[in-house]
Amino acid sequence: MSPLDRVLISSLLLFALPAVHADQGQKIFTQGGANPAAMACQGCHGPDGLGMAAAGFPRLAGLPAGYLSKQLRDFRDGTREHPIMQPLAKALSDEEITAVTASLAAMPAPAAPDNRRQQMAASPVQQLALYGDWSRQIPGCVQCHGPGGSGVGEHFPPLAHQPAAYLVAQLDAWRDGSRHNDPNQLMVGVAKAMTDAEVRAIADYFAAGQEVKP
Amino acid sequence: MNAWVFSALAFTLGTADAAQVAMEDQSQLKVPPASQTPFFVPPAQSELPDNAFGRMVRDGYALFVDTRRLAPDYVGNGMKCSNCHLDQGRLAHSAPLWGAYPMYPAYRKKNDKVNTFAERIQGCFQFSMNGKAPAADSPEITALSVYSYWLASKAQVGVEPPGRGYPDVAQPAGGYDIARGEQVYAAQCAVCHGDKGQGQKVGDDYVMPPLWGKDSYNWGAGMHRINTAASFIKYNMPLGKPGSLSDQQAWDVAAFVNRHERPQDPRLVEGSVEKTRLKFHANDGVNLYGQTLDGVLIGQGTGH
Repeated sequence: MSPLDRVLISSLLLFALPAVHADQGQKIFTQGGANPAAMACQGCHGPDGLGMAAAGFPRLAGLPAGYLSKQLRDFRDGTREHPIMQPLAKALSDEEITAVTASLAAMPAPAAPDNRRQQMAASPVQQLALYGDWSRQIPGCVQCHGPGGSGVGEHFPPLAHQPAAYLVAQLDAWRDGSRHNDPNQLMVGVAKAMTDAEVRAIADYFAAGQEVKP
Repeated sequence: MNAWVFSALAFTLGTADAAQVAMEDQSQLKVPPASQTPFFVPPAQSELPDNAFGRMVRDGYALFVDTRRLAPDYVGNGMKCSNCHLDQGRLAHSAPLWGAYPMYPAYRKKNDKVNTFAERIQGCFQFSMNGKAPAADSPEITALSVYSYWLASKAQVGVEPPGRGYPDVAQPAGGYDIARGEQVYAAQCAVCHGDKGQGQKVGDDYVMPPLWGKDSYNWGAGMHRINTAASFIKYNMPLGKPGSLSDQQAWDVAAFVNRHERPQDPRLVEGSVEKTRLKFHANDGVNLYGQTLDGVLIGQGTGH
Protein backbone atom coordinates (compact mmCIF):
# COMPACT_ATOMS: atom_id res chain seq x y z
CA MET A 1 0.00 0.00 0.00
CA SER A 2 1.46 3.40 -0.92
CA PRO A 3 1.55 6.14 1.71
CA LEU A 4 -1.02 8.05 -0.32
CA ASP A 5 -3.44 5.13 -0.21
CA ARG A 6 -3.06 5.02 3.51
CA VAL A 7 -3.91 8.67 3.78
CA LEU A 8 -6.91 8.18 1.53
CA ILE A 9 -8.19 5.20 3.47
CA SER A 10 -7.77 6.90 6.83
CA SER A 11 -9.54 10.03 5.62
CA LEU A 12 -12.36 7.87 4.31
CA LEU A 13 -12.60 6.24 7.72
CA LEU A 14 -12.65 9.61 9.41
CA PHE A 15 -15.56 10.67 7.25
CA ALA A 16 -17.36 7.39 7.46
CA LEU A 17 -17.48 6.99 11.24
CA PRO A 18 -19.56 10.03 12.14
CA ALA A 19 -21.75 9.40 9.11
CA VAL A 20 -22.53 5.89 10.31
CA HIS A 21 -23.34 7.29 13.73
CA ALA A 22 -25.58 9.98 12.30
CA ASP A 23 -27.37 7.45 10.10
CA GLN A 24 -27.85 5.11 13.02
CA GLY A 25 -29.15 7.90 15.24
CA GLN A 26 -31.51 9.13 12.57
CA LYS A 27 -32.75 5.58 12.02
CA ILE A 28 -33.47 5.09 15.72
CA PHE A 29 -35.35 8.37 15.70
CA THR A 30 -37.53 7.45 12.75
CA GLN A 31 -37.71 3.63 12.99
CA GLY A 32 -36.54 2.62 16.44
CA GLY A 33 -33.58 0.63 17.77
CA ALA A 34 -32.41 -2.91 17.01
CA ASN A 35 -34.57 -4.24 19.83
CA PRO A 36 -38.24 -3.77 18.81
CA ALA A 37 -39.04 -2.54 22.32
CA ALA A 38 -36.96 0.57 21.54
CA MET A 39 -39.70 2.35 19.65
CA ALA A 40 -39.06 5.22 17.28
CA CYS A 41 -38.73 8.56 19.06
CA GLN A 42 -40.74 10.43 16.48
CA GLY A 43 -43.89 8.47 17.30
CA CYS A 44 -44.35 10.52 20.47
CA HIS A 45 -41.85 13.37 20.15
CA GLY A 46 -42.97 14.39 16.67
CA PRO A 47 -41.38 14.03 13.23
CA ASP A 48 -39.34 17.19 13.87
CA GLY A 49 -38.49 16.18 17.45
CA LEU A 50 -40.17 19.31 18.77
CA GLY A 51 -42.54 17.38 21.01
CA MET A 52 -46.32 17.17 21.10
CA ALA A 53 -47.70 20.03 23.08
CA ALA A 54 -51.23 18.63 23.54
CA ALA A 55 -49.95 15.39 25.05
CA GLY A 56 -47.13 17.05 27.00
CA PHE A 57 -44.43 15.03 25.21
CA PRO A 58 -41.23 17.06 25.37
CA ARG A 59 -39.12 18.49 22.63
CA LEU A 60 -35.88 16.58 22.12
CA ALA A 61 -34.55 18.44 19.07
CA GLY A 62 -31.58 20.64 19.89
CA LEU A 63 -31.18 19.38 23.46
CA PRO A 64 -27.58 18.65 24.49
CA ALA A 65 -26.51 15.05 23.87
CA GLY A 66 -25.04 14.88 27.38
CA TYR A 67 -28.35 15.79 28.97
CA LEU A 68 -30.36 13.40 26.78
CA SER A 69 -28.03 10.45 27.33
CA LYS A 70 -28.07 11.02 31.09
CA GLN A 71 -31.87 10.95 31.01
CA LEU A 72 -31.92 7.73 28.96
CA ARG A 73 -29.44 6.11 31.32
CA ASP A 74 -31.45 7.32 34.30
CA PHE A 75 -34.60 5.81 32.77
CA ARG A 76 -32.67 2.62 32.19
CA ASP A 77 -31.54 2.21 35.80
CA GLY A 78 -34.73 3.62 37.31
CA THR A 79 -33.17 6.86 38.60
CA ARG A 80 -35.80 8.64 36.53
CA GLU A 81 -39.21 7.04 36.32
CA HIS A 82 -41.66 6.90 33.45
CA PRO A 83 -43.87 3.97 32.41
CA ILE A 84 -43.12 4.32 28.69
CA MET A 85 -39.58 5.64 28.71
CA GLN A 86 -38.13 3.14 31.20
CA PRO A 87 -38.69 -0.05 29.16
CA LEU A 88 -37.84 1.83 26.00
CA ALA A 89 -34.50 3.06 27.35
CA LYS A 90 -33.69 -0.44 28.64
CA ALA A 91 -34.03 -1.69 25.07
CA LEU A 92 -31.38 0.75 23.80
CA SER A 93 -27.71 -0.20 23.76
CA ASP A 94 -25.03 2.23 24.93
CA GLU A 95 -24.00 2.70 21.32
CA GLU A 96 -27.58 3.44 20.28
CA ILE A 97 -27.93 5.99 23.08
CA THR A 98 -24.78 7.74 21.89
CA ALA A 99 -26.00 7.73 18.30
CA VAL A 100 -29.57 8.86 18.86
CA THR A 101 -28.69 11.62 21.31
CA ALA A 102 -26.06 12.99 18.91
CA SER A 103 -28.69 13.08 16.16
CA LEU A 104 -31.26 14.72 18.41
CA ALA A 105 -28.79 17.37 19.55
CA ALA A 106 -28.08 18.24 15.92
CA MET A 107 -31.76 18.62 14.95
CA PRO A 108 -32.91 22.21 14.45
CA ALA A 109 -35.05 23.91 17.06
CA PRO A 110 -36.30 27.47 17.37
CA ALA A 111 -33.89 29.73 19.22
CA ALA A 112 -34.77 30.90 22.71
CA PRO A 113 -35.95 34.50 22.81
CA ASP A 114 -33.17 36.99 23.39
CA ASN A 115 -34.65 38.13 26.65
CA ARG A 116 -32.10 40.01 28.72
CA ARG A 117 -31.99 40.41 32.44
CA GLN A 118 -31.63 44.13 32.29
CA GLN A 119 -35.12 45.47 32.63
CA MET A 120 -37.02 45.37 35.86
CA ALA A 121 -39.75 42.76 35.74
CA ALA A 122 -43.13 43.88 34.45
CA SER A 123 -45.12 41.01 35.99
CA PRO A 124 -44.80 38.50 38.85
CA VAL A 125 -44.09 35.62 36.46
CA GLN A 126 -41.38 37.60 34.68
CA GLN A 127 -39.95 38.48 38.09
CA LEU A 128 -39.76 34.80 38.99
CA ALA A 129 -38.34 33.75 35.61
CA LEU A 130 -35.63 36.42 35.45
CA TYR A 131 -34.84 37.16 39.08
CA GLY A 132 -36.47 34.56 41.28
CA ASP A 133 -37.69 35.13 44.81
CA TRP A 134 -34.81 35.10 47.25
CA SER A 135 -37.07 35.27 50.28
CA ARG A 136 -37.74 31.63 49.37
CA GLN A 137 -34.25 30.87 47.98
CA ILE A 138 -35.58 30.62 44.45
CA PRO A 139 -33.03 31.82 41.87
CA GLY A 140 -34.40 33.19 38.62
CA CYS A 141 -34.99 30.33 36.15
CA VAL A 142 -32.69 31.96 33.58
CA GLN A 143 -29.82 32.17 36.07
CA CYS A 144 -29.25 28.45 35.49
CA HIS A 145 -31.25 27.70 32.34
CA GLY A 146 -29.79 30.61 30.38
CA PRO A 147 -31.18 33.73 28.73
CA GLY A 148 -34.75 33.14 27.59
CA GLY A 149 -34.51 29.55 28.88
CA SER A 150 -31.96 28.63 26.19
CA GLY A 151 -30.35 25.91 28.32
CA VAL A 152 -26.76 25.98 29.61
CA GLY A 153 -24.27 23.18 29.09
CA GLU A 154 -25.35 19.60 29.57
CA HIS A 155 -26.83 19.91 33.05
CA PHE A 156 -29.33 22.73 32.58
CA PRO A 157 -31.74 21.85 29.78
CA PRO A 158 -33.63 24.39 27.67
CA LEU A 159 -37.02 25.47 28.95
CA ALA A 160 -37.88 27.52 25.89
CA HIS A 161 -40.24 25.83 23.46
CA GLN A 162 -40.98 22.94 25.77
CA PRO A 163 -44.68 22.11 26.00
CA ALA A 164 -46.25 23.77 29.06
CA ALA A 165 -47.81 20.45 30.10
CA TYR A 166 -44.35 18.84 30.13
CA LEU A 167 -42.84 21.62 32.25
CA VAL A 168 -45.76 21.44 34.70
CA ALA A 169 -45.43 17.65 34.93
CA GLN A 170 -41.70 17.87 35.67
CA LEU A 171 -42.04 20.63 38.27
CA ASP A 172 -44.84 18.68 39.93
CA ALA A 173 -42.73 15.52 39.82
CA TRP A 174 -39.92 17.30 41.65
CA ARG A 175 -42.36 18.69 44.15
CA ASP A 176 -43.89 15.30 44.99
CA GLY A 177 -40.51 13.56 44.92
CA SER A 178 -41.19 11.30 41.95
CA ARG A 179 -38.43 13.01 39.94
CA HIS A 180 -35.12 13.25 41.72
CA ASN A 181 -32.34 12.88 39.15
CA ASP A 182 -31.15 16.49 39.22
CA PRO A 183 -27.45 17.06 39.85
CA ASN A 184 -26.82 18.08 43.48
CA GLN A 185 -30.60 18.28 44.02
CA LEU A 186 -30.49 21.79 42.61
CA MET A 187 -33.98 21.63 41.13
CA VAL A 188 -35.92 19.88 43.85
CA GLY A 189 -35.57 22.66 46.41
CA VAL A 190 -36.56 25.30 43.88
CA ALA A 191 -39.60 23.35 42.70
CA LYS A 192 -40.77 22.67 46.25
CA ALA A 193 -40.64 26.36 47.05
CA MET A 194 -42.98 27.19 44.15
CA THR A 195 -46.76 27.42 44.42
CA ASP A 196 -49.21 25.61 42.11
CA ALA A 197 -50.05 28.89 40.44
CA GLU A 198 -46.40 29.74 39.89
CA VAL A 199 -45.69 26.33 38.36
CA ARG A 200 -48.42 26.87 35.80
CA ALA A 201 -47.49 30.46 35.09
CA ILE A 202 -43.79 29.69 34.63
CA ALA A 203 -44.58 26.75 32.34
CA ASP A 204 -46.77 28.97 30.17
CA TYR A 205 -44.13 31.69 30.20
CA PHE A 206 -41.40 29.50 28.75
CA ALA A 207 -43.63 27.39 26.52
CA ALA A 208 -45.02 30.45 24.81
CA GLY A 209 -41.52 31.72 24.17
CA GLN A 210 -42.04 34.59 26.59
CA GLU A 211 -43.50 37.99 26.25
CA VAL A 212 -42.22 40.09 23.42
CA LYS A 213 -39.49 42.43 24.57
CA PRO A 214 -40.87 45.96 24.79
CA MET B 1 3.38 64.00 76.42
CA ASN B 2 6.98 63.73 75.38
CA ALA B 3 8.11 62.38 72.07
CA TRP B 4 9.30 59.09 73.48
CA VAL B 5 5.95 58.22 75.03
CA PHE B 6 4.21 59.22 71.87
CA SER B 7 6.30 56.97 69.66
CA ALA B 8 6.01 54.11 72.14
CA LEU B 9 2.25 54.56 72.03
CA ALA B 10 2.27 54.70 68.25
CA PHE B 11 4.35 51.54 68.15
CA THR B 12 2.02 49.71 70.51
CA LEU B 13 -1.00 50.77 68.52
CA GLY B 14 0.67 49.78 65.31
CA THR B 15 1.44 46.31 66.59
CA ALA B 16 -2.06 45.72 67.87
CA ASP B 17 -3.38 46.95 64.56
CA ALA B 18 -1.13 44.67 62.54
CA ALA B 19 -2.19 41.69 64.61
CA GLN B 20 -5.83 42.51 63.91
CA VAL B 21 -5.38 43.24 60.25
CA ALA B 22 -4.70 39.64 59.43
CA MET B 23 -8.42 38.83 59.42
CA GLU B 24 -9.89 42.26 58.95
CA ASP B 25 -11.90 43.23 55.92
CA GLN B 26 -10.09 45.73 53.73
CA SER B 27 -12.91 48.18 53.87
CA GLN B 28 -12.19 48.86 57.55
CA LEU B 29 -15.93 48.80 57.99
CA LYS B 30 -17.28 46.15 60.28
CA VAL B 31 -19.70 43.48 59.21
CA PRO B 32 -22.38 42.68 61.76
CA PRO B 33 -22.27 38.98 62.71
CA ALA B 34 -24.65 36.59 61.00
CA SER B 35 -26.37 36.04 64.36
CA GLN B 36 -28.00 39.46 63.96
CA THR B 37 -31.12 38.98 61.87
CA PRO B 38 -31.32 41.36 58.92
CA PHE B 39 -34.41 43.53 59.12
CA PHE B 40 -33.87 46.18 56.47
CA VAL B 41 -36.22 45.87 53.51
CA PRO B 42 -35.21 47.73 50.35
CA PRO B 43 -38.03 49.37 48.40
CA ALA B 44 -40.05 47.31 45.94
CA GLN B 45 -39.68 47.97 42.24
CA SER B 46 -43.34 48.91 42.08
CA GLU B 47 -42.55 51.89 44.31
CA LEU B 48 -40.15 53.32 41.76
CA PRO B 49 -41.38 56.67 40.45
CA ASP B 50 -41.82 57.16 36.72
CA ASN B 51 -39.67 60.25 36.40
CA ALA B 52 -36.05 61.21 35.73
CA PHE B 53 -34.93 59.72 39.04
CA GLY B 54 -36.80 56.47 38.42
CA ARG B 55 -35.29 56.20 34.95
CA MET B 56 -31.81 56.66 36.39
CA VAL B 57 -32.48 53.92 38.95
CA ARG B 58 -33.48 51.64 36.07
CA ASP B 59 -30.30 52.52 34.19
CA GLY B 60 -28.24 51.61 37.23
CA TYR B 61 -30.17 48.39 37.64
CA ALA B 62 -29.53 47.42 34.02
CA LEU B 63 -25.80 48.10 34.42
CA PHE B 64 -25.75 46.06 37.60
CA VAL B 65 -27.13 42.91 35.99
CA ASP B 66 -25.64 43.21 32.50
CA THR B 67 -22.44 45.10 33.18
CA ARG B 68 -20.18 43.84 30.43
CA ARG B 69 -22.65 44.35 27.62
CA LEU B 70 -23.73 47.80 28.77
CA ALA B 71 -20.31 49.08 29.87
CA PRO B 72 -17.87 47.16 27.65
CA ASP B 73 -15.15 49.82 27.94
CA TYR B 74 -14.90 49.28 31.66
CA VAL B 75 -15.18 45.51 32.08
CA GLY B 76 -12.14 43.41 31.26
CA ASN B 77 -13.38 39.95 32.20
CA GLY B 78 -16.53 37.85 32.36
CA MET B 79 -17.85 39.22 35.64
CA LYS B 80 -20.75 41.51 36.41
CA CYS B 81 -21.91 43.26 39.57
CA SER B 82 -24.71 40.78 40.25
CA ASN B 83 -22.28 37.84 40.39
CA CYS B 84 -21.06 38.88 43.85
CA HIS B 85 -24.15 40.79 44.98
CA LEU B 86 -27.03 38.35 44.62
CA ASP B 87 -30.59 39.34 43.92
CA GLN B 88 -29.37 42.47 42.16
CA GLY B 89 -27.79 43.91 45.28
CA ARG B 90 -30.85 43.34 47.46
CA LEU B 91 -29.95 40.13 49.31
CA ALA B 92 -28.80 40.27 52.93
CA HIS B 93 -25.40 38.61 53.58
CA SER B 94 -24.60 39.04 49.91
CA ALA B 95 -22.98 42.47 50.26
CA PRO B 96 -26.27 44.27 49.55
CA LEU B 97 -26.05 47.80 48.17
CA TRP B 98 -28.42 49.03 50.87
CA GLY B 99 -25.79 48.00 53.40
CA ALA B 100 -22.92 49.63 51.53
CA TYR B 101 -24.32 52.96 50.38
CA PRO B 102 -25.01 54.46 53.83
CA MET B 103 -21.48 53.58 55.03
CA TYR B 104 -19.60 55.83 52.63
CA PRO B 105 -17.49 57.95 52.60
CA ALA B 106 -15.20 55.65 54.60
CA TYR B 107 -11.52 55.06 55.11
CA ARG B 108 -10.09 52.06 53.27
CA LYS B 109 -6.69 50.65 53.97
CA LYS B 110 -6.71 49.30 50.43
CA ASN B 111 -5.81 52.74 49.08
CA ASP B 112 -5.08 54.44 52.40
CA LYS B 113 -7.57 57.24 52.03
CA VAL B 114 -11.16 58.16 52.63
CA ASN B 115 -13.19 56.85 49.72
CA THR B 116 -16.46 58.15 48.40
CA PHE B 117 -19.08 55.65 47.31
CA ALA B 118 -18.15 56.45 43.69
CA GLU B 119 -14.55 55.51 44.42
CA ARG B 120 -15.72 52.30 46.05
CA ILE B 121 -17.61 51.30 42.88
CA GLN B 122 -14.59 52.29 40.78
CA GLY B 123 -12.66 49.70 42.77
CA CYS B 124 -15.14 47.01 41.70
CA PHE B 125 -14.50 47.85 38.04
CA GLN B 126 -10.74 47.90 38.48
CA PHE B 127 -10.41 44.68 40.46
CA SER B 128 -13.49 42.44 40.48
CA MET B 129 -14.25 43.22 36.84
CA ASN B 130 -10.56 43.57 35.92
CA GLY B 131 -11.30 46.66 33.87
CA LYS B 132 -10.90 50.38 33.82
CA ALA B 133 -12.76 52.52 36.32
CA PRO B 134 -15.34 54.85 34.77
CA ALA B 135 -14.82 58.47 35.84
CA ALA B 136 -16.50 59.40 39.11
CA ASP B 137 -18.91 61.70 37.25
CA SER B 138 -19.51 59.25 34.37
CA PRO B 139 -23.06 58.14 33.52
CA GLU B 140 -22.14 54.60 34.65
CA ILE B 141 -20.99 55.54 38.15
CA THR B 142 -23.86 57.99 38.51
CA ALA B 143 -26.46 55.40 37.53
CA LEU B 144 -24.99 52.73 39.81
CA SER B 145 -24.83 55.22 42.69
CA VAL B 146 -28.43 56.30 42.12
CA TYR B 147 -29.54 52.66 42.06
CA SER B 148 -27.68 52.02 45.32
CA TYR B 149 -29.08 55.16 46.93
CA TRP B 150 -32.57 54.09 45.99
CA LEU B 151 -32.10 50.60 47.47
CA ALA B 152 -30.89 52.27 50.68
CA SER B 153 -34.00 54.46 50.92
CA LYS B 154 -34.93 54.94 54.57
CA ALA B 155 -31.74 53.22 55.78
CA GLN B 156 -29.83 55.05 58.49
CA VAL B 157 -26.68 56.82 57.38
CA GLY B 158 -23.49 55.61 59.07
CA VAL B 159 -25.14 52.67 60.82
CA GLU B 160 -24.00 49.16 59.92
CA PRO B 161 -27.22 47.26 59.36
CA PRO B 162 -27.36 43.51 60.04
CA GLY B 163 -27.09 41.72 56.69
CA ARG B 164 -24.45 44.11 55.37
CA GLY B 165 -21.40 42.58 53.65
CA TYR B 166 -20.61 38.87 53.87
CA PRO B 167 -20.65 37.68 57.48
CA ASP B 168 -17.29 36.51 58.74
CA VAL B 169 -16.75 32.78 58.83
CA ALA B 170 -14.02 32.11 61.36
CA GLN B 171 -11.08 30.13 60.05
CA PRO B 172 -11.46 26.54 61.28
CA ALA B 173 -9.04 25.51 64.04
CA GLY B 174 -7.18 23.19 61.69
CA GLY B 175 -6.89 25.81 58.95
CA TYR B 176 -7.88 24.86 55.41
CA ASP B 177 -6.99 22.03 53.07
CA ILE B 178 -6.75 22.65 49.34
CA ALA B 179 -6.99 18.95 48.42
CA ARG B 180 -10.24 18.63 50.36
CA GLY B 181 -11.39 21.85 48.71
CA GLU B 182 -10.84 20.30 45.31
CA GLN B 183 -13.23 17.50 46.26
CA VAL B 184 -15.85 19.97 47.47
CA TYR B 185 -15.43 21.87 44.22
CA ALA B 186 -15.91 18.78 42.07
CA ALA B 187 -18.98 17.69 44.02
CA GLN B 188 -20.73 21.03 44.54
CA CYS B 189 -19.42 23.72 42.18
CA ALA B 190 -18.25 22.17 38.93
CA VAL B 191 -21.79 21.49 37.70
CA CYS B 192 -22.21 25.25 37.16
CA HIS B 193 -18.71 26.75 37.14
CA GLY B 194 -17.08 23.97 35.09
CA ASP B 195 -14.43 21.45 36.06
CA LYS B 196 -11.69 23.99 35.33
CA GLY B 197 -13.40 26.97 36.92
CA GLN B 198 -14.09 28.31 33.45
CA GLY B 199 -17.76 29.18 34.01
CA GLN B 200 -20.41 28.54 31.37
CA LYS B 201 -21.48 30.73 28.49
CA VAL B 202 -24.45 31.01 26.20
CA GLY B 203 -23.25 32.75 23.05
CA ASP B 204 -20.72 35.40 24.06
CA ASP B 205 -22.04 35.92 27.55
CA TYR B 206 -21.30 34.09 30.75
CA VAL B 207 -24.33 32.70 32.53
CA MET B 208 -22.25 31.16 35.31
CA PRO B 209 -19.15 33.21 36.09
CA PRO B 210 -15.59 31.92 35.73
CA LEU B 211 -13.89 31.49 39.11
CA TRP B 212 -10.30 31.62 37.91
CA GLY B 213 -8.40 32.22 34.70
CA LYS B 214 -8.26 35.30 32.50
CA ASP B 215 -11.99 36.06 32.60
CA SER B 216 -12.31 35.99 36.39
CA TYR B 217 -11.65 38.57 39.11
CA ASN B 218 -8.05 39.71 39.38
CA TRP B 219 -5.50 39.35 42.17
CA GLY B 220 -6.46 42.74 43.57
CA ALA B 221 -10.15 41.90 44.06
CA GLY B 222 -11.41 41.35 47.60
CA MET B 223 -12.68 37.93 46.57
CA HIS B 224 -9.10 36.69 46.11
CA ARG B 225 -8.88 36.54 49.93
CA ILE B 226 -9.70 33.07 51.12
CA ASN B 227 -11.56 34.44 54.15
CA THR B 228 -13.75 36.68 51.98
CA ALA B 229 -14.48 33.94 49.46
CA ALA B 230 -15.29 31.53 52.30
CA SER B 231 -17.78 34.05 53.68
CA PHE B 232 -19.38 34.62 50.29
CA ILE B 233 -19.56 30.90 49.58
CA LYS B 234 -20.92 29.95 52.99
CA TYR B 235 -23.78 32.44 52.78
CA ASN B 236 -24.53 32.39 49.05
CA MET B 237 -23.42 29.17 47.36
CA PRO B 238 -24.45 26.86 45.81
CA LEU B 239 -27.02 29.17 44.27
CA GLY B 240 -30.33 28.58 46.04
CA LYS B 241 -28.69 26.42 48.75
CA PRO B 242 -26.91 28.91 51.03
CA GLY B 243 -25.59 27.58 54.33
CA SER B 244 -25.47 24.01 53.03
CA LEU B 245 -21.66 23.84 53.23
CA SER B 246 -19.89 23.62 56.59
CA ASP B 247 -17.47 26.38 57.60
CA GLN B 248 -14.66 23.93 56.91
CA GLN B 249 -15.95 23.12 53.43
CA ALA B 250 -16.36 26.81 52.66
CA TRP B 251 -12.75 27.54 53.66
CA ASP B 252 -11.39 24.50 51.87
CA VAL B 253 -13.15 25.25 48.60
CA ALA B 254 -12.37 28.97 48.83
CA ALA B 255 -8.68 28.08 49.16
CA PHE B 256 -8.90 25.70 46.20
CA VAL B 257 -10.53 28.36 44.01
CA ASN B 258 -8.12 31.09 45.09
CA ARG B 259 -4.99 29.06 44.58
CA HIS B 260 -5.51 29.31 40.82
CA GLU B 261 -4.08 31.96 38.56
CA ARG B 262 -6.17 34.95 37.58
CA PRO B 263 -5.40 38.34 36.01
CA GLN B 264 -2.51 40.18 37.65
CA ASP B 265 -3.10 42.73 40.40
CA PRO B 266 -3.23 46.02 38.47
CA ARG B 267 -1.27 47.64 41.31
CA LEU B 268 1.72 45.43 40.46
CA VAL B 269 4.80 47.10 41.96
CA GLU B 270 7.76 47.41 39.58
CA GLY B 271 6.80 44.20 37.84
CA SER B 272 7.52 42.23 41.00
CA VAL B 273 5.09 39.78 42.57
CA GLU B 274 7.14 39.83 45.76
CA LYS B 275 7.09 43.63 46.06
CA THR B 276 3.36 43.60 45.33
CA ARG B 277 2.83 40.93 47.96
CA LEU B 278 4.69 42.95 50.57
CA LYS B 279 2.88 46.16 49.77
CA PHE B 280 -0.68 44.95 49.20
CA HIS B 281 -1.16 41.33 50.23
CA ALA B 282 0.99 40.62 53.28
CA ASN B 283 -1.56 42.12 55.66
CA ASP B 284 -4.67 41.55 53.61
CA GLY B 285 -6.59 38.74 55.26
CA VAL B 286 -5.74 35.19 54.28
CA ASN B 287 -4.49 34.92 50.72
CA LEU B 288 -1.99 32.98 48.63
CA TYR B 289 -0.69 35.80 46.45
CA GLY B 290 3.09 35.70 46.17
CA GLN B 291 3.39 32.41 47.98
CA THR B 292 4.92 29.28 46.54
CA LEU B 293 2.74 26.21 46.41
CA ASP B 294 3.98 22.87 45.07
CA GLY B 295 7.06 24.69 43.81
CA VAL B 296 5.07 27.21 41.79
CA LEU B 297 4.88 30.93 42.53
CA ILE B 298 1.25 32.01 42.86
CA GLY B 299 0.27 35.45 41.62
CA GLN B 300 2.01 35.51 38.27
CA GLY B 301 -1.25 36.44 36.55
CA THR B 302 -2.80 35.02 33.41
CA GLY B 303 -1.20 37.40 30.90
CA HIS B 304 -3.31 38.53 27.99
